Amino acid sequence: MAGLTKTNITPPRWLTAELTYACPLQCPYCSNPLDYAKYQSELSTDDWKRVLTEARKMGAVQLGFSGGEPLIRKDLPELVKHARELGYYSNLITSGYGMTEETILQLKAAGLDHIQVSIQASSQELSDHLAGTKSFEHKKSVAHLVKKHGYPMVLNVVLHRENIHQMPEILAMAEELGADYIELANTQYYGWAHANRDLLLPSKEQFQKAEQIAQEYKEKVGGKMKILYVIPDYYEDRPKKCMNGWGTTSLTIAPDGMALPCHSARELPGLDCPNIKNYSISEIWHDSKAFNFFRGFDWMKEPCRSCDEKEKDFGGCRCQAYLLTGDMFNTDPVCSKSPDREVIQHAIDSAQASANLTNDEKPLIFRNSKNSRALAKIN
Amino acid sequence: MHRIQWEEAQQKHVILYPEGMVELNQSSAEILKCCDGTRTLAQIVSDLEQKFETTGLTDDITAFLGVALQNGWINQN
Repeated sequence: MAGLTKTNITPPRWLTAELTYACPLQCPYCSNPLDYAKYQSELSTDDWKRVLTEARKMGAVQLGFSGGEPLIRKDLPELVKHARELGYYSNLITSGYGMTEETILQLKAAGLDHIQVSIQASSQELSDHLAGTKSFEHKKSVAHLVKKHGYPMVLNVVLHRENIHQMPEILAMAEELGADYIELANTQYYGWAHANRDLLLPSKEQFQKAEQIAQEYKEKVGGKMKILYVIPDYYEDRPKKCMNGWGTTSLTIAPDGMALPCHSARELPGLDCPNIKNYSISEIWHDSKAFNFFRGFDWMKEPCRSCDEKEKDFGGCRCQAYLLTGDMFNTDPVCSKSPDREVIQHAIDSAQASANLTNDEKPLIFRNSKNSRALAKIN
Repeated sequence: MHRIQWEEAQQKHVILYPEGMVELNQSSAEILKCCDGTRTLAQIVSDLEQKFETTGLTDDITAFLGVALQNGWINQN
């Protein structure tokens, strides 16, 4: 926090525009905040255009339209067009739900560069169960449409205990759909995924087997289909270099206009994250308390402060430190040097102890407004 | 899928692709700009040698184009 001069601040490169928290799907590992139902207001089209313009001027070039489900926003093509005119490379991160051929043509004409479609599993039954909404067949047809209209076909599958056994089938499905990329993302345990962790966290053996299958498939298909395997950090002994460093690269704007150094940061206490309705993007990036909070190394406690790896991972993820140790200044407990490392082992043990429980004994909490209102204790 | 463009804020060319970006140094950018689908390798070498008043660029350019091909930044017909 202290001791930083403005010249240390690098410009934002990645802008994530969370256009809405509304979503027809109810995935129990959603990364949106548990209390998202509290935030009903959404930015106007003009607000979003200003955000895009100002961030682009500062150097942001990769743009993710995300949510919730961004297709719900009727002004999406207009925002895509604005982004293209500004020179962004724009990515649509979608469940595919509600996507028609007409929408794709419209977005293509507006200049959208890339569509990433999520699928929950390789079988209809499991995919629809996890999504909480009948969507599997529609998603597959969207994948075909994406390909048909000349987009790189990028599939995203979030992995957890309910679907990790389907790894061979998931990969075969991706190949059959003509995927150019498949992102196999092990669940990151924040938000809804954290609330459902006992039911989602796979064992180390399950995870290792899945990784091996992905690795073998990678060799089999060669460069034809790129496989990106995102590791689950609970089974690592060093934390991830979260967001490439706080306030160095990434800027997320939440549906209500709150500017966040990472998409989970609104759950951290006392950051006073600024809202784009009150400040310019430049003021937010350079001057706000929130974006300066964990810049540099002065905020660190031991063992990070004197660690020779601190420039490699910046002490890991602040949100994970807060969520698992109650103190956001602590070392990410994933690190084997963390005095709190045992909380990770407890989480693994607790998940294993739940492995044989039936759905009645311990049901998944689906991500929807009813559950969000109950969790946020609002009516 | 890949797009090369000049970034004013960074004062350099970048290659953009789904959720990723590669920053290019000046020589890489000069070579890629020549990959317009009409020029052969020999032409690219001679054009760049002429432009920068130098010789002996064949090996460097060939090696870089190999990397570019492998990463899918360019296609070979």
